[in-house]
Amino acid sequence: MEIIYAPWAWYIAGPAIAFVMFLLLYFGGNFGMSSNLRTMCTLAGADKYTDFFKVDWKAQRWNLIFVVGAVIGGFIAANYLSANTAIHLNAATTESLKELGFDTISEGYLPDEIFGPDSIFSIKGFFILIGGGFLVGFGARYAGGCTSGHAISGLSNLQIPSLIAVVGFFIGGLIMTHFLIPIIF
Amino acid sequence: MKYIKFLLTGILFGIIMTKAEIISWYRIYEMFRFESFHMYGVIGTAVIIGIFMVQVVKRVQMQDIKGKRISFYPKNKSVTRYLLGGIIFGLGWALVGACPGPMFVLLGYGYYPILIVVLGALIGTFVYGMLRSKLPH
Repeated sequence: MEIIYAPWAWYIAGPAIAFVMFLLLYFGGNFGMSSNLRTMCTLAGADKYTDFFKVDWKAQRWNLIFVVGAVIGGFIAANYLSANTAIHLNAATTESLKELGFDTISEGYLPDEIFGPDSIFSIKGFFILIGGGFLVGFGARYAGGCTSGHAISGLSNLQIPSLIAVVGFFIGGLIMTHFLIPIIF
Repeated sequence: MKYIKFLLTGILFGIIMTKAEIISWYRIYEMFRFESFHMYGVIGTAVIIGIFMVQVVKRVQMQDIKGKRISFYPKNKSVTRYLLGGIIFGLGWALVGACPGPMFVLLGYGYYPILIVVLGALIGTFVYGMLRSKLPH
């Protein structure tokens, strides 16, 4: 049980994610999470505004159910499969966060400086979360996929467009981490 | 009942993402600073095994559970949409530390403020849909 309670190593998680992709293919689906955001827009009535959302949401129901499972999985792992949730970061990473003024570093999975009550109920903090989410949703649809659809599924199928998208993910991520985060915080 | 297998696969996915700390903002920040091998190891092994898996599925013409041949569709050729869309996605991913899978896992974990991120992602998806015809692809 010790092994389950401790954080899982990359060489367990990577193959396990590939296994999830295989299961989805075998069950007649595919591994792509951001499509669900589009389906959810359709369910919320976005199809009345533009044809992009005129999709048969029933054909995507399996993926929405997969999302419900992911939520339950997060709950189970947090409440029944974890002994302690401190994240062991590289000392250099911790140091850089201290310089940004983060002080509850890696006590949980998310920093209080972004997700804590003081942040989310401030105008700046709220806009960070809604703006970051906006970029993720807009960018994923513009690129036609996210980390699962391009980085895992697309690269596994040796798709050049997915490689271009992943290069884009990294350009954007590096700009944010190295240039914008130090300005924002 | 035909959906229960997707629910169970989703539960497995949520557990993996949580236990391997992939849903942690800190891990994404650390990855973009090249200060840990963890995330590269996760994505790298998933892709290497995935490449092998897709090749096997194609060679043996594997069928899915319903007896339909598992097929893969090539993505449309372009650079603009993948690069621009990718950069926009990457900016958001590094800021909030969650992509479209982990944001739902985090909700189950009990981090309810992530709902604001989910709302933002839905608005972003909607705005893309509205602007799609005006954007370079």
